[in-house]
Amino acid sequence: MNPANYLYLAALLFTVGAAGVLLRRNAIVVFMCVELMLNATNLAFVTFARMHGNYDGQVIAFFTMVVAAAEVVVGLSIIIAIFRSRRTASVDDANLMKW
Amino acid sequence: MTQTLVSAASGALLATGEGGPGLHSVPATGVFDATWLVIALPLLGAAVLLLGGRRTNRFGHWLGTLLAVGSFFVGLALFSAMLDASDADRSVNQHLWDWVSVGSFQAEVGLHLDQLSMVFVLLITGVGSLIHIYSIGYMEHDENRRRFFAYLNLFLASMLLLVLANNYLLLYVGWEGVGLASYLLIGFWQHKPSAATAAKKAFLMNRVGDLGLAVAIFLMFTTFGTFSFDQVLSGNAQASGGTFTGIDLMLLLAACGKSAQFPLQAWLGDAMEGPTPVSALIHAATMVTAGVYLITRSAELFNASPDAQLVVTIVGAITVLFGAIVGCAKDDIKKALAASTMSQIGYMILAAGLGPIGYAFAIMHLVTHGFFKAGLFLGAGSVMHGMNDEVDMRRYGGLRKYMPITFVTFGLGYLAIIGFPLLSGYFSKDKIIEAAFAKGGTSGYVLGSVTLVAAGLTAYYMTRVMLMTFFGRERWKEAPVGAPADWHEPHPHESPKSMTLPMIVLAFGSVFAGGLFVLHDSFVNWLTPVTGFSEGDSPFSEYAVTGMAVAMVALGALVAYVQYARREVPAVAPQGSFITVAARKDLYQDAVNEGLVMRPGQYLTRMLVWLDLRGIDGFVGGLAAFIGGTSSRVRKVQTGFARSYALSMFGGTALVVAATLMARMA
Repeated sequence: MNPANYLYLAALLFTVGAAGVLLRRNAIVVFMCVELMLNATNLAFVTFARMHGNYDGQVIAFFTMVVAAAEVVVGLSIIIAIFRSRRTASVDDANLMKW
Repeated sequence: MTQTLVSAASGALLATGEGGPGLHSVPATGVFDATWLVIALPLLGAAVLLLGGRRTNRFGHWLGTLLAVGSFFVGLALFSAMLDASDADRSVNQHLWDWVSVGSFQAEVGLHLDQLSMVFVLLITGVGSLIHIYSIGYMEHDENRRRFFAYLNLFLASMLLLVLANNYLLLYVGWEGVGLASYLLIGFWQHKPSAATAAKKAFLMNRVGDLGLAVAIFLMFTTFGTFSFDQVLSGNAQASGGTFTGIDLMLLLAACGKSAQFPLQAWLGDAMEGPTPVSALIHAATMVTAGVYLITRSAELFNASPDAQLVVTIVGAITVLFGAIVGCAKDDIKKALAASTMSQIGYMILAAGLGPIGYAFAIMHLVTHGFFKAGLFLGAGSVMHGMNDEVDMRRYGGLRKYMPITFVTFGLGYLAIIGFPLLSGYFSKDKIIEAAFAKGGTSGYVLGSVTLVAAGLTAYYMTRVMLMTFFGRERWKEAPVGAPADWHEPHPHESPKSMTLPMIVLAFGSVFAGGLFVLHDSFVNWLTPVTGFSEGDSPFSEYAVTGMAVAMVALGALVAYVQYARREVPAVAPQGSFITVAARKDLYQDAVNEGLVMRPGQYLTRMLVWLDLRGIDGFVGGLAAFIGGTSSRVRKVQTGFARSYALSMFGGTALVVAATLMARMA
């Protein structure tokens, strides 16, 4: 199978993730879209590793997973904290940092 | 004018300060070791009275007087020692301590006592002591008498420092010291707004003159590298004619400020707001003559610049007439005397500008004037003391019966000042008129005529003062126009002994000093080693000048007699001609100062303030407002929507990637 197809899939997934991040208001959905984008890049990394015949991409994919796991823990706890205090999970409502 | 004269003279060849005998001195030994005491005694008095505060109230006036008299006796001891010394040993130098010693800048605190300073020491401490004694009585009811004596002592110390300093920098210290004392004493009754204003006016106008002295000292230092008398005035100082002229004109400016000479004369009349003993001591006998001292002391510098000397005589001539004209119209007895002082000092300045022909006579007139003008002021104070502090001569009249001693002493002072034959003023003023003619040339005639006319005017205004005060109808018995309901007739009475005694002593001085001075030319011979002397060549004989002077005096007195003795003196001043009105307003000196200096100064400051607010502050403030405004607009970009931040991040990243790709492709 042509490895380029994997790349097309990765680009597609990334685009879906990015669109979700930019368009959705629910923090949980946004979060999942971020995960989607991360996994899209992981797929791209692994594909490139396969194409070039070395393990660099695969190693980085592992790193990304580890970082993503940590990020999920931190991100989810922030979302829960916001939800507890503001009774909403909409990212647009958390606008205390505006001018 | 200064500018053009300086540039005109700067083309002149190198000139040295020759003409005078130069100033040389020997170190102080023997009695002269005590020279510093003359200054230290009154300084001690001032320190004790000012620092001791209310605790010294009880004996303050006695202490002050005692120290002034003590200083006088030290002066007498020095004088007798100087009489015994030979001419070469009469000029002594006492080094006290080094003041500032940095590289080539050497400032020393040291005293220089010679024949000229000796005259001043005796005049200052002598008249000063008498006025201290007088003040004991005059200020008896003033609750701040102790402070008054402290200031008087401070004045004596500063004035003595001024005349005893052996370099210009130390002289400057004394110069500022007397200015300070003068300010404090003019404003002594500072609860009166007029006194406070007068003090400020005197202080500010003096500051203009002091600037001249400061610049003169700077010039001396840059030209000669020193400001000690020994070197600057030794007769070997080398500089271009223009430099000498510059230094001299700056010294003249200083003299004008301190001695109330044209154009810095306006403060003296207002200075009469101070207590009368102050007017007698500071604004008649001593401080205002500091300018004459300065010019005479700097004879070597002035001799080197005929241009500057000409300016000095012009200033003197203008002031002689100015003061005399103003004096003719004043109804306030002290202001009339103040105008007279200005005029008489004009005589001295004029004489000092004549060079070696006139220096000695300037100082001689200064001393005799010190006697009779101090006496006249003390007399005026005595009259005011007996008349509930009334100063308007139109409210006097016929006082000779009530105050016989004041009348006689004032009368003798009056005869002396108008130059009644054989009294002090006759000799000293006559000599100045002679010297003015002896200058030679057109300027000699002009100056001689001015002094003659002024002699006539002097006789006129002083006769007027005399007649209005002591003769005629007793106008003080009638209530003045617009008198308050509780007005009561004053009860003129003779003043206490502490006041009459100094007046009597000064009257003796007014009568005999001049005669003693001209006897065997003793005064001129005394000063010649310091100031030099030359006869000049007069177009008239001595007798002709004397005859003219006496005739002018008689004429002036006669006119005054016709106006003020033969006719009734109106209780309210009549309208008068435009000259009278102008003279009453001091020839519009305040209006001129206001128009020429004050208003432009105010406009300048207003313009500068505007420039500062609109220009500099406007630029700085505008820049800040621009940045502030812009940033408050740019701030709106921070919407607080996380998604829009994400979009911009995404857009940015996309751009970077696109740019990288394009770079790769190209």
